[in-house]
Amino acid sequence: MPAKERTKRLLLGLIIPILVLAVWQVAVMAHLLSENLFPPPTSILQDFYEMLVSGELTHHLGISVMRAMIGFIVGGGLGLFFGLMSGLYKRAEELVDPTVQMMRTVPLLAVTPLFILWFGFGELSKILLIAMGAFFPLYVNAFLGVRNVDSKLFDVARVLEFSRLHQLTKVVLPAAMPNILLGVRLSLSTAWLCLVVAELMGADQGIGFLIQDARSYMRTGVVFVGIIIFALVGKLTDSLVRILEARLLQWRDSYRG
Amino acid sequence: MATTALEISHLNKSFRTATTVTHVLEDIRLSLKQQEFVSIIGPSGCGKSTLLKIVAGLDADYEGVVLLNGTDVTGPSKEKGFIFQEHRLFPWATVEKNIAADLSLKDPKVRSRVDEMIELVRLQGFEKAYPKQISGGMSQRVAIARALLRNPQVLLLDEPFGALDAFTRNHMQESLLEIWRQNQTSMLLVTHDIDEAIFLSNRIVVMDAKPGRIKAIISVDLNYPRNRVGGAFQQLRTQVLSALNHKEADVVGYDI
Repeated sequence: MPAKERTKRLLLGLIIPILVLAVWQVAVMAHLLSENLFPPPTSILQDFYEMLVSGELTHHLGISVMRAMIGFIVGGGLGLFFGLMSGLYKRAEELVDPTVQMMRTVPLLAVTPLFILWFGFGELSKILLIAMGAFFPLYVNAFLGVRNVDSKLFDVARVLEFSRLHQLTKVVLPAAMPNILLGVRLSLSTAWLCLVVAELMGADQGIGFLIQDARSYMRTGVVFVGIIIFALVGKLTDSLVRILEARLLQWRDSYRG
Repeated sequence: MATTALEISHLNKSFRTATTVTHVLEDIRLSLKQQEFVSIIGPSGCGKSTLLKIVAGLDADYEGVVLLNGTDVTGPSKEKGFIFQEHRLFPWATVEKNIAADLSLKDPKVRSRVDEMIELVRLQGFEKAYPKQISGGMSQRVAIARALLRNPQVLLLDEPFGALDAFTRNHMQESLLEIWRQNQTSMLLVTHDIDEAIFLSNRIVVMDAKPGRIKAIISVDLNYPRNRVGGAFQQLRTQVLSALNHKEADVVGYDI
């Protein structure tokens, strides 16, 4: 895409956010909105800057990212493993799938009290909650990916006498990769969502704690900073997976809009 | 042309339902000499593709004997290269990786063999291209290279150029001849194109449908490369057509 086209697209996308911020700023300065509930964008920016300089922000962000990552790796990893197994082996599907599908319908918020009862307010209950959220998208999509492999390519693998291992690494995994990466994206965003739930529920560190703490002291600006951070990091991880997708799936020949 | 590469004798295949028995293939007897090019031609439903799948080891439900170099065919193997109607390349792999398939290009022996094959099918410059970036004819050439890399005893081709346009098809037939001349692999080609069969083969097997059986085997004693518009070619065309249209299977005698 030429540079000119790209800047044009960027500017077009920025019109609405900038308009909203400008109206907001003016409305607060004209005392149409309460400054306590809607701190003006400039003051939020100042809070953001102060927290960044004091190191408060990076400390809490680091804790949150760590929780989300561990939860994602544990839950997503298990989801990928069981998804592939169920996809590959009928027996594994019959064993695992009914239970997973049943568990999948349970709302996560409904099991949080149970997790707190069992594992307390510590790190374990938070990470388990995140892991549980991250498990299902990867499970479902890995399973789907394996089942979508073109059986004609299996004939080729038979004629060329691929070993079991090569059938997996050279046929099944590459063919299932689009679905697996979609699963990774959905899992990451679910992990991030569960992190917020886990941290708002009770924590003494992390971005969620920051928001909760600021709320009790009526520091609305800090609440906004926390929300913005959640949004930014969420978008960032999503972009990272999309870059990975573009690299790994450049062979795909599909409609790009 | 000396020894026999492939020997099919008394091959029968039938589908059974509760009330009917359909003979798909009836008493097929056919042998293929080493370095020979044989085409099988016949109306759709004559079981020619089924016959090829049996030889490939992809279909094990038959009676009779299929011997490749004197040993029973028990399942698919690299010994019997198979070219499908569609190219069936791995869309996520580049041309060179498709040809190497389960072998590693980091192995210098594989690397040089792959380069050799790419030269044979004339795809230099496209080593790093993905299947979506190359034409149907080129894709089919990659599939042929993938099969030939494994030094098959026989290359089985199941209407490999059926999906290509007329110009590309002619061109592919010429490249296949060239590949055959250089590589000297025995070829067994299933086709519905009479000209293709005459242009390429030493012998043409004409099959009949319901039940699928061999009606005639016609030798093509023309020098390569053959002139598609020549009188001898025209004569053979008439001969194949009349064999195809003949109602009585036993009128045109044949021996194997």
